[in-house]
Amino acid sequence: MNEILSQIFQIGFFAALIRIATPLIFGTIGELFTERAGVLNLGIEGIMMLAAMTGFSTTYFTHSLWLGILAAMVTGVLAGLLMGLLTVSLGLSQHVSGIGITLLCSGLSFFFYRLIFGQPSSLPKIKPFEVVPVPLLSKIPIIGPIVFDQFALVYIALIIVPVSAWILYSTPWGLNLRTVGENPRAAFSAGVSVTAYRYQGLAIAGALAGLAGAFLSMAQYDAYTFGVISGRGWVCIALIVFGQWDPWKSAAGAFLFAFIDALQLRLQASGVIHVPYQVFLMMPFVFTIIGMALVSRNARVPAALLKPFRKEER
Amino acid sequence: MKKFKLGRVMLIAVIAFMFVLTGAVLQPTFAAGKKIKVAAVFETPIEEPWVNQIHVALLRAQKELGIEYTWSESVKSADFARVMREYAEKGYQLIMGDAFGAERIARRVAKAYPKVAFVFGSGIGPAEPNFGVFDNWIHEAAYLSGMIAGKMTKTNKIGVVAGMAIPEINRLVNAFKAGAKDVNKKVKCKVSFIGSFFDPPKAKEAALAQIEDGVDVIYAERFGVIEAAKEKHVLAISNMSDQAKLAPDTVITGPVWDMWPTVKYVVGLVKAGVFTAQDFGSFSYMAKGGCYLAPYHKWEKKLPADVKQLVEKRKKEILAGTFRVDIDESMPKSDY
Repeated sequence: MNEILSQIFQIGFFAALIRIATPLIFGTIGELFTERAGVLNLGIEGIMMLAAMTGFSTTYFTHSLWLGILAAMVTGVLAGLLMGLLTVSLGLSQHVSGIGITLLCSGLSFFFYRLIFGQPSSLPKIKPFEVVPVPLLSKIPIIGPIVFDQFALVYIALIIVPVSAWILYSTPWGLNLRTVGENPRAAFSAGVSVTAYRYQGLAIAGALAGLAGAFLSMAQYDAYTFGVISGRGWVCIALIVFGQWDPWKSAAGAFLFAFIDALQLRLQASGVIHVPYQVFLMMPFVFTIIGMALVSRNARVPAALLKPFRKEER
Repeated sequence: MKKFKLGRVMLIAVIAFMFVLTGAVLQPTFAAGKKIKVAAVFETPIEEPWVNQIHVALLRAQKELGIEYTWSESVKSADFARVMREYAEKGYQLIMGDAFGAERIARRVAKAYPKVAFVFGSGIGPAEPNFGVFDNWIHEAAYLSGMIAGKMTKTNKIGVVAGMAIPEINRLVNAFKAGAKDVNKKVKCKVSFIGSFFDPPKAKEAALAQIEDGVDVIYAERFGVIEAAKEKHVLAISNMSDQAKLAPDTVITGPVWDMWPTVKYVVGLVKAGVFTAQDFGSFSYMAKGGCYLAPYHKWEKKLPADVKQLVEKRKKEILAGTFRVDIDESMPKSDY
């Protein structure tokens, strides 16, 4: 057993862990902004899919990776604003609207893909993001090759966690956003526009979900295919509950999920534990559910989550 | 009063328009005359490697056999029957597709249209009078690829990243393993499943995990694996279609499934009006040209002559029927 463990826990394992966690961090942190403002964005799965497509297509035609990233983020923002129109301005059910957005976006992504690329005999490909070692830091033994020898987007994901924690907890904007999610009436009385903050939360969520999608189709893989997201958006929604609506804990959840995913891939291939492979594939989800069940007992859900705000209502 | 008139005018216009439409739709059917109408119903988008091979062969038939070909992709089980019925009602004589997720639905619909020929990818047998089946019987080429992998590995560790443990995939993986072990007794094989037919990022991670552990020739049953091999400078074997273009220095060769012999034969039967329910599986075997080893391309020069000879010899034996690649559909396991 020791032999296997030493075989598994190598530098490559931890590097894989961070790679797998990256799209989840983007998605989770983004989703956090909208949920802290009181809107559950179930459109995240579809937004990731659509953004993966627009980002990929933009890069395919312009040969600029960062332009692709921009396109993916803009796509996400637009979809987020549409979600805002439905749930904030019209005050419709957030569950129904979110699922609707996911269905719409995943349908659109496939529709536009056919429109743009037709039926290619082989998958259209781009030159994807390459690993960018950070000078000096990547030379540190062990930590260097694990953390500082990654895609540029991975560094962004790692930075985004503390930055968003700071924005949420230490800026007036963050205070307002959280208040809108807890007690919109109080925020409204204090002159804070609930509508504006919820739209902003959704726009941020969209942009980051877009980044997550683009990471999958432009860094992790170099083509857009219809299975490229494969439920990772839904995982983000669960990770927020796991992380009790806190950026640090949610990011920790993303790392836990990635840890188990990277582990199961290696355990499965190692052929020492003879259980059906489905058990391995299930592991990240099972552990997240168990963790969620244990942790979320004392979770404080944003009080106004799922509740539309109508200022005329008493 | 005016409004009412407008309504009447519009109604008449709509009716007239519909007449024109039906005329327009019906016309080509009459004009087409004896052209065979073929439709395909696929559960996934045509990018899916399995489905793509059927689609490509039917496109070729459109060009060379003069059939009329239409298809529907991403048809989920709930819509499968409706789409099949629509084609049958519209006068399509041959309906093809993959029935794995809609096995019973496809068979039920076929029964309702005994005059239409149905030929579906399926793991089970044909059904009288009009439901024929085929499958990707490309284990022979997978075996040959395994021989190359067994010879080309320096670490004696090879790997497979596959979708799900279903018979169609298991027999390829097992044949690949058998091929490698026949030429290299020391070779050990890792097997990973990603639990999905389409999740390239996950397949890539699974491949990277194997490569980290010393695997230096990897069989890319699914998309995403070749990219990992290319990144880590190890060798890869492609699957289903010739994918050397993705990474000419990485991909040596790989089994290719060619649906052309099947499609050609089936269309011929329908044209002659002698179609019966059959298992067309043998048309996917090497002997019938339904599968082959992808051309070596860049590896034509790089592959050692003795390896090429060995493979060529075995290939001839398979074609001559003197060597049989065993069909083993049990779930493959990692050796170490």
